Amino acid sequence: MSIPVEHEHSEHHIVGPKTYLLILLALLVLTATTTGVAFIDLGILNPIVALAIACIKAVLVVLFFMHLRYSSKLMMLTVLSGFFTFLVLITMTLTDYMSRAWGLW
Amino acid sequence: MSTIVSLPNQETATLPKVNYLNNGYGLKSWLLTSDHKRIAILYLMSITVFFFLGGSFAGLIRLELLTPMPDLVASDTYNKLFTMHGVIMIFLFLVPSVPATIGNFVIPIMVGAKDLAFPKINLLSWYLYVVAGIFLVYALVNGGVDTGWTFTTPLSTHYVNTHVITAALGVFIAGFSSIFTGLNFIVTIHRMRAPGMTWFRLPLFCWSNYAAAILMVLGTPVLAITLVLVALERLFGIGVFDPTKGGDPLLFQHLFWFYSHPAVYIMILPGFGVISEVISTFSRKRVFGYTAVAFSSVAIAVFGFFVWAHHMFIMGVSNYSALVFSLLTMLVAVPSAIKIFNWSATLYKGSITFETPMLYAFGFVGLFTIGGLTGVFLGSLGMDIHLTETYFIVAHFHFVMVGGMLMAYLAGVHFWWPKMTGRMYPESMSQLAAVTTFIGFILTFFPQFILGYLGMPRRYHAYPPEFQVLNVLSTAGATVLGVGYLLPMLYMPWSLKYGKIAGSNPWQATGLEWQIQSPPLTENFVETPVVDHEAYDYEWLAHKTQHEVTTVG
Amino acid sequence: MDSQAIANRTVESHPTEAHEHPSYLRHHFVTVEQQRETVSFGMWLFLLTEIMFFGGLFMAYLLYRNWYYDAFVSGSNTLSIPLGTTNTLVLILSSFTMAMGVYSAETRNRKGLIRYLLLTIVLGLAFLGIKTVEYHAKYVEHHIPGANFSVEDFVHPSDPRDRPLAPDMAQHAQIYFFLYFAMTGMHALHMIIGISILFVLLYQAYHGAYVNGHSSTIDNFGLYWHFVDIVWIFLFPLLYLISRHHL
Repeated sequence: MSIPVEHEHSEHHIVGPKTYLLILLALLVLTATTTGVAFIDLGILNPIVALAIACIKAVLVVLFFMHLRYSSKLMMLTVLSGFFTFLVLITMTLTDYMSRAWGLW
Repeated sequence: MSTIVSLPNQETATLPKVNYLNNGYGLKSWLLTSDHKRIAILYLMSITVFFFLGGSFAGLIRLELLTPMPDLVASDTYNKLFTMHGVIMIFLFLVPSVPATIGNFVIPIMVGAKDLAFPKINLLSWYLYVVAGIFLVYALVNGGVDTGWTFTTPLSTHYVNTHVITAALGVFIAGFSSIFTGLNFIVTIHRMRAPGMTWFRLPLFCWSNYAAAILMVLGTPVLAITLVLVALERLFGIGVFDPTKGGDPLLFQHLFWFYSHPAVYIMILPGFGVISEVISTFSRKRVFGYTAVAFSSVAIAVFGFFVWAHHMFIMGVSNYSALVFSLLTMLVAVPSAIKIFNWSATLYKGSITFETPMLYAFGFVGLFTIGGLTGVFLGSLGMDIHLTETYFIVAHFHFVMVGGMLMAYLAGVHFWWPKMTGRMYPESMSQLAAVTTFIGFILTFFPQFILGYLGMPRRYHAYPPEFQVLNVLSTAGATVLGVGYLLPMLYMPWSLKYGKIAGSNPWQATGLEWQIQSPPLTENFVETPVVDHEAYDYEWLAHKTQHEVTTVG
Repeated sequence: MDSQAIANRTVESHPTEAHEHPSYLRHHFVTVEQQRETVSFGMWLFLLTEIMFFGGLFMAYLLYRNWYYDAFVSGSNTLSIPLGTTNTLVLILSSFTMAMGVYSAETRNRKGLIRYLLLTIVLGLAFLGIKTVEYHAKYVEHHIPGANFSVEDFVHPSDPRDRPLAPDMAQHAQIYFFLYFAMTGMHALHMIIGISILFVLLYQAYHGAYVNGHSSTIDNFGLYWHFVDIVWIFLFPLLYLISRHHL
């Protein structure tokens, strides 16, 4: 067959309802958790926990609902490069804002 | 002078009976086409129109700067001139130039495919480009924009009453045109390669456009949201970028330059690709250090995301942040330099001939190197404080973008013209144009380095009289440059009717696009090619053509 | 002829290839598999652009939350937790129904596909409905920045547990609400576009599309829908849950 050399014959894996249901449950639980934890004073950990839970939820959606778990390495690399670029935007801009006051007070 | 051009017998040669140009006639067959080659031609025509529009603004700017006094146009008008010149040249010319015209045309053929991965999205991309152009022309006709192409806040959000939102919308739409082109290229190069066409057998033109495409896809959306914020700020005046209301104007600049620095690599990388092809062909030698050139293209794309604040050194960023960005800027110069070394090494002991594309390529190598080196000066914090916002910067980016990119674009258009049209342009005319462009360019922009170093600020339409001589030289150069650019506008259309029949491979170049007829069939290949030779394999080509007669028709 | 030389080498390798041609295989693709993976790749790349698009807004949010934390806390506390949490649950449920729609398409289950597309639409509309209620509340409470914004609620909070803000910090609450409307508004715009496409997909599915082996349109729309869900997954804690623990 005339297919490019590097073509990955990824089996078209069909994710079933059981997996989806499990992930749904996990997401619902995590949502309840994040709302509940917001009412507890954890000081500096509040935003960290909130973001961490959000990240876990996002990862679950990406891996299972969006089938990334069953996709090719190229897709994984693509998604990671997207998040990496986003992180570069945030962190490198922050180098400016975080260090503006250094040496001043 | 020797030449490698090899044309079919002009007495008997004709254009191929069936090709993409005569496959369907009428406006609808062009405006609703999904053929990447026709879309490339559509882009070629629209880009040329906007190039001359942006160029006419440049002409007016140079005319005003003949004298130290602001005597040609009012200051507001002058602001509008350099703004529109910048916006049009960057977003409607440089960004799409090589990818949308040459890339769209040759990349599918180079990888051995029948079309890009998403032909309809390709057409949508062109329509978005045209709509963007309409928005910008509308803004222009209704009074223009005077914020500079950089839309710096809070000037653009609070202090001007020109058509910022319309222009921002135009740029937003042009951005999506660019995103879709980049998306198409990435997917095509990954997924549509013919059997045997491995990554490392791809022409380096593909690698360069692939790297630029990554930047288009990842960087342009940030520009989009930034312009949305500027528009919302103009409409509602909340204070997102206004210091009097607690906002930070530098937030705009961070977001803006996060795209606009990679944007310069979006603009130049495809030009690098052209130069690789041209230098190899006209030295009859494979590109030295293929892997280094390929990887350095991707490296430029990656590192290009880490350096944007070097446009903001004097704007109020923290010193520590400026240090980090300055260091990274030094780093990003390395992959570009690697390419220059590799091209020079390709020339060494090659059989060099001086056809027009090669003349432009030589111009590129010299001028881009100068431009790039001055970029390193600017990346150094101490130098930048003196040189920024002066004509040194203007000279720097014109050296890389005009001396570099525009020359590469012209090299590419001339190189692939016989493939696109089946005809050769008149060689002596085109060589004259290339030399004229080169001389005109140096006369226009080299004095600007000196002006900048001496302290003449940019974006001012008046200047101290001691700067006049250099300005007059610059304007004189601009006139010569203009002639150099006008000449192709005359002889290229001429060649469509009267040019020599080119045949499939007038340059005896390697690459799949040179193995098919000129102009190509709509589906490019009669049968899917199977690739079993490396890129720039001139021995394979010599062996293949040993017993062949170039016939067309 | 040149191209024939290359072409001739492939003729014998797949003689039967050209005749097994599903109608939905576009002419520039060689196999259905290639087409499916290519289109999916294209959608993922488009989602990358969306990540960076929203990314700019997240950056602005990060900065101003840091600079005007108190104003952001007060602004966030005017949002309704019950409504926000419900919306989050609604959207997560809609992601589930969308995923089940994809499953139905892949297992050639027309009725299932229609059912799940319909459910997704209903849930999407429910989300937008609740959002409208919330936006209306902001209008009534004079929290719309640049329009009818009043610092009263922040300088003299009605709830004794809320900390009063100094007038200038209270003004900065406008930046919070601006980002609230910009981010949820941009999100809602994506929802509206998604729901509109869902109607089209529902119509096509009703007429038998997507369940004959060519489910990639549903697959790829699903990717878009899940992405919009992910954006909300981050918006919810960032906008609604900044600091509720004194309540």
